[in-house]
Amino acid sequence: MTDRVLKLVTGNRLHDGTVVYFAGSGAWTPQIDDARLVEDKDGAALLAEAQAGSPPHPAVGPALIEAVRDGRRIVPLMLRERIRAFGPTVAYRGD
Amino acid sequence: MYHYDEYDRRFLEERVAQYRDQVRRRLAGQLSEDEFRSLRLMNGLYLQLHAYMLRISIPYGTLSSAKLRGLAEVARRWDKGYGHFTTRQNIQFNWIHLEDTPDILVHLATVELHGIQTSGNSFRNITTDPFAGVAADEIDDPRPYCEIVRQWSALHPEFSFLPRKFKIAINAASEDRAAVKIHDLGLNLRRNAAGEIGFEVLVGGGLGRTPILAQTVRDFVPRRELLAYITACLRVYNQYGRRDNLFKSRIKILVQSLGIEKYRAEVEDEYAAMGAERDALALPDAAVAAMQAQFAPPAYREAANDDAELRRAQAAEPEFARWIERNTRPHKQAGHAIVIVSLKPLGRPTGDCSASQMETVAELADTLSFGEVRVTHDQNLVLPHVRKSALYDLWLRLGAADLATPNIGLASDIIACPGLDYCSLATARSIPVAQALSRHLAEREVAIGPLQIKISGCINACGHHHVGHIGILGLEKNGAESYQITVGGSDSARAALGGIVGPAVAADEVTATVDRLVDTYLRLRRDGERFPDTYRRVGLAPFKEALYVAR
Repeated sequence: MTDRVLKLVTGNRLHDGTVVYFAGSGAWTPQIDDARLVEDKDGAALLAEAQAGSPPHPAVGPALIEAVRDGRRIVPLMLRERIRAFGPTVAYRGD
Repeated sequence: MYHYDEYDRRFLEERVAQYRDQVRRRLAGQLSEDEFRSLRLMNGLYLQLHAYMLRISIPYGTLSSAKLRGLAEVARRWDKGYGHFTTRQNIQFNWIHLEDTPDILVHLATVELHGIQTSGNSFRNITTDPFAGVAADEIDDPRPYCEIVRQWSALHPEFSFLPRKFKIAINAASEDRAAVKIHDLGLNLRRNAAGEIGFEVLVGGGLGRTPILAQTVRDFVPRRELLAYITACLRVYNQYGRRDNLFKSRIKILVQSLGIEKYRAEVEDEYAAMGAERDALALPDAAVAAMQAQFAPPAYREAANDDAELRRAQAAEPEFARWIERNTRPHKQAGHAIVIVSLKPLGRPTGDCSASQMETVAELADTLSFGEVRVTHDQNLVLPHVRKSALYDLWLRLGAADLATPNIGLASDIIACPGLDYCSLATARSIPVAQALSRHLAEREVAIGPLQIKISGCINACGHHHVGHIGILGLEKNGAESYQITVGGSDSARAALGGIVGPAVAADEVTATVDRLVDTYLRLRRDGERFPDTYRRVGLAPFKEALYVAR
C-alpha cells in the first residue's frame, strides 16, 4: 500500500441513496475502485467538477475524502468512509 | 387500540400527496437538497451512510398484527428484508430508495402508520410501559393518556417550532418501565388520597452531551388539567429555551440554568394567567372515557389460574423453564401471561427483525394474543395477552423463528444503537461491540443475574448508555474507535447516571474491561443486590481500582 494520501469525491445517489464516487466526465459509480483519484492539491478542482452540472444532480452531498491506493484497490483513510465503501461490518438478518 | 377516524385518514392522505409531489420535484431537480431536506425529515426520511433511512413512528410502542404485517411488507418489498426496532419504540428501515418513499407512505397509511414527527424540533413519539394495560402493578392504563397527549401535540400550531425536539414518556405502574426521568417531560400517573387520577409532572430529563435526570414540577396535576398544565410547561420552554446554540436548546438546559424552583414559578405564573384557556383545554371525564373505550381489554376467555400443567412442562424441559422465568411477566388477568419476544439472539444485531420474523410474530399475535404486539424501549417485542396453557406451543413456535432466546434482562439483552455501521452521526460502531459482549457473557449470564448493558455509538446517546448498569459510549480518538465506560446507571424508578470508570479503552479491550467490572460487582454484591444497588453502596472507587490494577 502506498502511503501517499490522495483525494476523491463521494456522495449518495439521489434516487436511491447508494454510496457513489465521482469517476470524472460527469459520471458517478458505486465502485470505489473506479473513482477518480487526484493529488491533494487538485482536490478542490475535482470537487468543483463533481458539483458542476444542471439539476438534478445525480449525487447528494458531494464531498472530498482522503484515500490511499493499494495495488488496484482504493482504500479510504477514515473508518467511516471505509464502512461506507465496504460496510456494514456486521451481517444483517434480512430474508 | 386507537383507530383512525375520517379526519386522521384524510389528513394522512393529503400529507402523502404533498410529499409525493415534493419527491417528484426533487427528482426533477426543481428542489435542491437544502430545500428538500426538511421536507423529507418531516416525513421521517433521513440520509444515512449507505442509503436513505425511513423512521416510522409506533405510537407508544403499540402495534396490531395488521400494522406489523404492514411493516414486514415494507421490509420485504422496499428494503433488504429487515427492520430495526429502536429505543424510542419505533422502527427504522436502513436501505430505502427515495423514489419508493411515496408508495411506502401510501402503504403505511393503509395500516395507520406514518413517519411524521420522527425528526425535527417537534414532539417525538410518546413512549410508555410496553406492558400497558396488562401489567399486574399498573394503576391505570396509560395508553388512553398517551393517545390524548399525542393528539394534543401532533402538529400543535403553537409548538411547531420548538427550540429543539421534545420527548414525552408516560408511566402508570409502580415500577418505571418507561424511563420517565430521561425524558424532556415525564408523566407518572398516580391516584391521590381521594382515589382520583392525576399525574406527577417531571421536566428536564435527557441524555446526550449533557445527561440530566428530570425533576418534579408538580406532584399531582388532576387528570382534567393535564393538557392545560403541560401547555404551560411547554410555553415557558418555547419562550425561554435557547435557539442560538444547538447544544443548549433542550429543556433540560433551560431547567438547569433557571433552577427547578424558578422554572416551576414561571410555569405556575403562566398556568394562572391562562384563565379561560384552561377551561378550553380541560379534559372532561367523558372524553377520557371515550378514549379508554378504544383501549378496552380484549374479551379474555375465563382461564383457570392453575399452573400445574405449566409446572410439569417446566420440570420436563429446563430450556422451557428458563424461558418462562426470563421471558414472561405476571398478567393482571388470571390464567394469562405477558410474553417478551427476544430480538437479541446471541451474536446478532440488537433489535433487528426480519420480515418473516415480523410475520411470525403477527401470526402468533392473531392466534394467541388478541392480535396485539408491543415494542419495548429495550428493543424487544411483547405479546401482551397469552393464555398460560398456550405458552409451551408459543415457545416452540418462537424458537423455530429464532425469537425465543431466554435472556430478557440479562447480560446478553443489550441495548445498542445502529452506530457507525449505519448512522451518519456515529463516531464508533456499537453492534460489533454488543455482539462480542453478548457472546462472551452469555455463558455466565444466569449466574450474573439482571444486568443492563447499554451502548451508544456517539454522544447523542440513542443507546441510553448513561443509564446502563454498564454503559458504553463509542468515540473516535485519533482516527480509531475508543469506548468510554460507565457503571451504576439505571433507568428505573430510582434512576441514576453512571460514573466514568477511567480513560476510554480501545475496541478490542471492551470485553475484557466489562468482564472485570462484572467480576468486581459479583465480588462485592450482597444477597439480592442488583448492579445499581451495589454501586450505590460501594461507589465508583472499587470499579476504578479493578481496572487500574489490571492496567
